[in-house]
Amino acid sequence: MISNRNKVVELEHAVIRFAGDSGDGMQLTGGLFSDSTAFAGNDFATFPDYPAEIRAPQGTVAGVSGFQIRFGKTDIHTSGDLADVLVAMNPASLKANMRWIANDSIIIVDTDSFIEKNLKKAGYETNPLEDGSLIGHLVVKVPLTTLTRATVRDLNIDNKTSQKSKNMFALGLIFYMFNRDYTKTFSFFETKFKSNPLIVQANKLVLEAGFNFGDTIEAFANTFKIEPAPLQKGKYRNVTGNLATAWGFLAASEKSGRNLFLGSYPITPASEILQELSRHKQFSAVSFQAEDEIAGIVSTIGASFAGALAITTTSGPGFSLKSEAIGLAVITELPIVIVDVQRGGPSTGLPTKSEQSDLMQALFGRNGEAPCIIIAAQSASDCYYSAYEASKLAIEHMTPVILLSDGSIANGSEVFKIPKMKEMQPIETPLVEANDDSYQPYLRDEKKLNRRWALPGTEGLRHRIGGLEKENITGNVSMDPLNHQLMTELREDKVKLVSNYIPKQEVIGGDISDLLVISWGGTYGVLLTAIEKLIEEGKSVSLAHFKYIMPLPRNTKEVLSRYKRILVCEINMGQFVNYLRMQFPEFSYEQFNKVQGLPFMVVEITEKVNEILND
Amino acid sequence: MENTIDTKELNLTKKDFESDQMVKWCPGCGDYGILRSLENVFPLLGIPKEDFVVVSGIGCSSRFPYYMNTYGIHGIHGRAAALATGIKLTNPKLSVWMISGDGDSMAIGGNHFIHIARRNPDINYLMFNNKIYGLTKGQFSPTTPFGSKTKTSPQGTYEIPFNPGELVIGSQGKFFARVPDTNLKLMSKIFKEAAEFKGTSIVEILANCIIFQNKIHSMITGKETKEEYQLVLEHGEPMLFGKDLQKGLILEGTQLKVVELGKNGVTIDKILVHDSGTHDPGIHMMLASMAPPEFPSAIGVIRAVKSETFDDNVWASIEYEKDNTSITNVDELLNSGNTWEID
Repeated sequence: MISNRNKVVELEHAVIRFAGDSGDGMQLTGGLFSDSTAFAGNDFATFPDYPAEIRAPQGTVAGVSGFQIRFGKTDIHTSGDLADVLVAMNPASLKANMRWIANDSIIIVDTDSFIEKNLKKAGYETNPLEDGSLIGHLVVKVPLTTLTRATVRDLNIDNKTSQKSKNMFALGLIFYMFNRDYTKTFSFFETKFKSNPLIVQANKLVLEAGFNFGDTIEAFANTFKIEPAPLQKGKYRNVTGNLATAWGFLAASEKSGRNLFLGSYPITPASEILQELSRHKQFSAVSFQAEDEIAGIVSTIGASFAGALAITTTSGPGFSLKSEAIGLAVITELPIVIVDVQRGGPSTGLPTKSEQSDLMQALFGRNGEAPCIIIAAQSASDCYYSAYEASKLAIEHMTPVILLSDGSIANGSEVFKIPKMKEMQPIETPLVEANDDSYQPYLRDEKKLNRRWALPGTEGLRHRIGGLEKENITGNVSMDPLNHQLMTELREDKVKLVSNYIPKQEVIGGDISDLLVISWGGTYGVLLTAIEKLIEEGKSVSLAHFKYIMPLPRNTKEVLSRYKRILVCEINMGQFVNYLRMQFPEFSYEQFNKVQGLPFMVVEITEKVNEILND
Repeated sequence: MENTIDTKELNLTKKDFESDQMVKWCPGCGDYGILRSLENVFPLLGIPKEDFVVVSGIGCSSRFPYYMNTYGIHGIHGRAAALATGIKLTNPKLSVWMISGDGDSMAIGGNHFIHIARRNPDINYLMFNNKIYGLTKGQFSPTTPFGSKTKTSPQGTYEIPFNPGELVIGSQGKFFARVPDTNLKLMSKIFKEAAEFKGTSIVEILANCIIFQNKIHSMITGKETKEEYQLVLEHGEPMLFGKDLQKGLILEGTQLKVVELGKNGVTIDKILVHDSGTHDPGIHMMLASMAPPEFPSAIGVIRAVKSETFDDNVWASIEYEKDNTSITNVDELLNSGNTWEID
């Protein structure tokens, strides 16, 4: 299918951004391009950028939905800073995305939509296709709507339906540009629209027409090809962070032998975890859509008491509502996992945008001394392992675990090497056997300090727990001052001891360099890309990316002590850096913060690091 | 999830459920009787003692789990219904008893109250209604009568109170009973019926707070007035009350009316017969709403409508999916859909 007319230019990597009205099917178009990218053997990462409204007014900048993919022949960890290719289905999507494209990008526009009415809605006073504002870019003007309609003219389908398939024309054109095989996409149509052969035919024709159009018009001086990435041998798939999170919990349920219980209330951007787990009841997974966030977590605590691997999922505002109940899980020492898919705050904030600003709330946002284990997932595929490990730590240490994800990794996708269940670490459940005479509700394991798990329905283990302070060992209600001190310390020590069961902090780059960059959670991809680039350029810089927040890895102090300067980068006003200042006041820290509801760009990090190294 | 174990075989007694913890309610509190009643009923249910779970929220009543020798969990204010739902969905075999009060259920937990009623998990929900916040020492609650002077309403409340039975029925609830804390015999009978009913059995117990709201139910429970103000309902029996059961209820137009047998040609066959099993909420709602002095208070099982339970439906759907899926384990799940191989 590779055109012989044009020269084929080989690239290392490329970024494409599909943008259109929220009803234009840009997420689907991006998804199909991702699938073909996978089959082409490239590594890739994607990121959707969509409005908080389901269908904001058509044609306006507020209603623009975008999908960005970066793919390459090397390891890809981010969805890219700026797009090399922009597909803009209408004036609003051009306007909304001008700041996200490279200076010399290729812009494909649907000229049919650049009419006065739409230009006005987008806030253009003059037509950008004609007023010279796109100089420097290669603008490929395609009457997408007209061509699509002409392609399906003989199929006897209405205008509205034909209009809907114009995104496939654009996809066909991109396939041509990147020398892609579209037979896989054809089989997707056949499955997806099985019940409607006419739609299958229409989509196939339009996609093919787009591809052939690219070949015919000679708008491109050349086409592009990106060689397969040297990925490890194995089986792969594409996952979003939310999907991987849901599957990680199913894996932990299977491994631990504990049925999964999910008690959650829908909230953006966490709802997909609840939706995904609701689809897999065959694993004896109960998904309970509760009446509110509080019922979500409290039902989860009930399920944990009864013996389930019990999870609740939420985002910032819901996480606030769960605070009191997290305290109940802390004092009853029951294993639960609270997933907070962070979004822009405070309050309702920026529901569809990403932030790392719930860290302090996760650490301290409860009444009383109420420590929890906190881990932060670092990429879409890492969500699988983080959800698994959060479950393992909760059960083995009998304590709530907070798993911090964020909007960008939750909705972003990347290539995931499919692990096998037999490779996953075992999960030891501290269950008590029936009629164990030695059982006492608050008798602890000597090493981990966890109490044991005695499930209702088990003979000979009847006991009571609750939110009132417990007497050490017996678990009876106790208001004794010294006992309270002891129990507070035991709960804290139990969480601290987890540092013996998590990996040491690793550093990318030299053990000694001029600057240690620190990041945590969902910024991993960008930071890794930036620091690797700087190291390649010969800069004396290293990266410590933290996944374990509470407790910190046991060698954290030693790592920090090795570097003269420390720069902490995060998508908030400095929450992790202040946590480090609290823990290790002996070091001095510089910070780099961004709160725009957007991930870091690689170039922002490299510039900041260069600025520090040069001063 | 039927429990088929024979009671005699289990050989349980009240002693099996008594806790070794000191009970710390105020002397003379109505809660003591409720505790005794429940300890009496549990051995009669044919359920192994390890299968009982007592769950509560916050309030005087909510200390209950500590005072019974069962599995128990004392939760946070208002949220016991969610706790109980999580337990029941995880292990439907368990006999789950939820203890709550009028503050816990009608105020901070109001949302959970209406939703548990609507979903109908097989949980026994005992709500001690003493019409006051006792544990926080005497503030008005959502069931405190209009105009009552309390610590937070020194001039009298300005709020229309909730009637729990009306809320249950309005929330699609399937079982509602009411019993005064003074009639332990009837209480035990109702607890047994609640236990045997498949679904959320909500029992309002007219509890007396001897310290902050003493004699709040005295018109219904008082020795002199109780015959006049208690209509003890029995399914299939005429709605009679008063001295020698000479009074009864009839429907006049769309409203209930108190009549006397033998007066104005009223005969027993004119009197309404209680049907607790009808789905129609009409008469049940009227019965739940009745209050002295115009009417007697309806006591006993007002509503017990057979229906599917939430936990049965959840697990039926799990069993269905197990029988109808090609993906049976996580390895298969991870390898399903679009995947590709790198050699």
